[in-house]
Amino acid sequence: MSEPLVRLENVRFAYGERTILRDISLSIPRGQVVAIMGGSGSGKTTLLRLIGGQERAVGGRVTVDGQDVAGLGRDALYALRRRMGMLFQFGALFTDMTVFDNVAFPLREHTDLPPELINDLVMMKLHAVGLRGAARLMPGELSGGMARRVALARTIALDPMLLMYDEPFTGLDPISLGIIGQLIRRLNDALGASSVIVTHDIQESLQIVDYIYFISEGRVVAEGTPDAIRNSTDPFVHQFVHAEADGPVPFHYPAGDYATALVGGAG
Amino acid sequence: MVGAIRRLGTLFINGVWQLGFITRFFWLILVYSGQSFTRLHLTLRELYFSGVMSLLIILVSGLFVGLVLGLQGYETLQRYGASDSLGTLVALSLVRELGPVVAGLLFASRAGSAVTAEIGLMKVTEQLKAMDMMAVSPIARVVAPRFWGGVISMPLLAALFSAMGVFGGWLIGVVAIGVDDGAFWSQMQSAVDFRYDVLNGVIKSCVFGVAVALIAVFEGYDCVPTAEGVSRAITRTVVSSALAILALDFVMTSFMFRGQ
Repeated sequence: MSEPLVRLENVRFAYGERTILRDISLSIPRGQVVAIMGGSGSGKTTLLRLIGGQERAVGGRVTVDGQDVAGLGRDALYALRRRMGMLFQFGALFTDMTVFDNVAFPLREHTDLPPELINDLVMMKLHAVGLRGAARLMPGELSGGMARRVALARTIALDPMLLMYDEPFTGLDPISLGIIGQLIRRLNDALGASSVIVTHDIQESLQIVDYIYFISEGRVVAEGTPDAIRNSTDPFVHQFVHAEADGPVPFHYPAGDYATALVGGAG
Repeated sequence: MVGAIRRLGTLFINGVWQLGFITRFFWLILVYSGQSFTRLHLTLRELYFSGVMSLLIILVSGLFVGLVLGLQGYETLQRYGASDSLGTLVALSLVRELGPVVAGLLFASRAGSAVTAEIGLMKVTEQLKAMDMMAVSPIARVVAPRFWGGVISMPLLAALFSAMGVFGGWLIGVVAIGVDDGAFWSQMQSAVDFRYDVLNGVIKSCVFGVAVALIAVFEGYDCVPTAEGVSRAITRTVVSSALAILALDFVMTSFMFRGQ
């Protein structure tokens, strides 16, 4: 089997005193769609930022296509990022540009293609997400799901080798959610890219991904293919898949004794 | 007591840290400024938003300041029988001080706050991060053109403010009150020196332009990415710009105008 596109080895990360990731090792094989799951605040988005080089790990190594991300200078990092695409949680479309100009942005910034060719490429990307007819609209005129699709078209504008999705399903209605899910799978296969999805939407992910990692308290606590996850007896996975309020992930934020707090006034 | 000293120390360290950060930021803007001029349409767009869109407030304010100067100046000068010098008084007050300073203050509240709000909101909606992930430097693409838009607009606006003020003074003095038209202009022409008065005024307005534009882009870029953070950043832009303009004005005046 070929070398995975992305590899994290014993990665540790902290914001000042606050440790976010304790010891993460995982890999994203070429051509696959991998989901990273975990509760809110478990450091999932931080993982994407480490892969994209926006944050640097305190310990361990992050390699993308054989390159150590933390060791890259600015120019080399930018060169690597041109081959990556990241879809932000709410799309992060440029609000002062039309849908067309948003998708054309990376092409205009990084290529010297003539306007006619850029026009064709943008229309092809917009067609792929079903929004060719919305090319002249402004981002403010789009629904949440449409904005996410335009951002997706922009993400794939330069045909990246790695696609990263930060909570792509958040705040979408069931139809838009299904569309985004299918697009992620289809685009990954059509582009021959690899994808990593950070999400807590287990049901949608189980349908489209090849492999899943579960993260809790800064560590990988479970992993497996969608079938293995569905049948898993691991208590954490069970709690997550069945959306139970209490389990290995406690319902209560750590606190002192309840009775003492009530009797003694301020806890 | 120890707490107070510690707080003072923290305040001092934060101040030094902030100063270092803004200096480094300024340096980065200069390094990435190439694009602002090779891709001129980026800067022209900001010139339009900062400069052209500020024209109305600058021209109207300039007119009113000139009208007031005309009235107050005439009232004082005629006591000494020197009302013919009204043109000199109006022109010198405007080109040396009021033009750059008042135009700077208006520019900070009209254009500076808008720039801070725009960059701040781009940060809140992750547009800056998205740009950075697309291997496009937000400082080159977003910050530098807005900085240069402000720096270029400011002296032009200050010049227009002064011109409008002189016109206002003429309107009150000559047209309304009846000061001699020839004396108004000829005294102004002989008393106002191009290098000593006008050029120094232009230098002031350029310095204010750099200060306001830098504060505006920095506060936007550095803001806490929340609704409250942006609103605080806008307030800081207006307050810091006003203080910077007045302080810099004092320093420059003390160097520039020591009597010939």
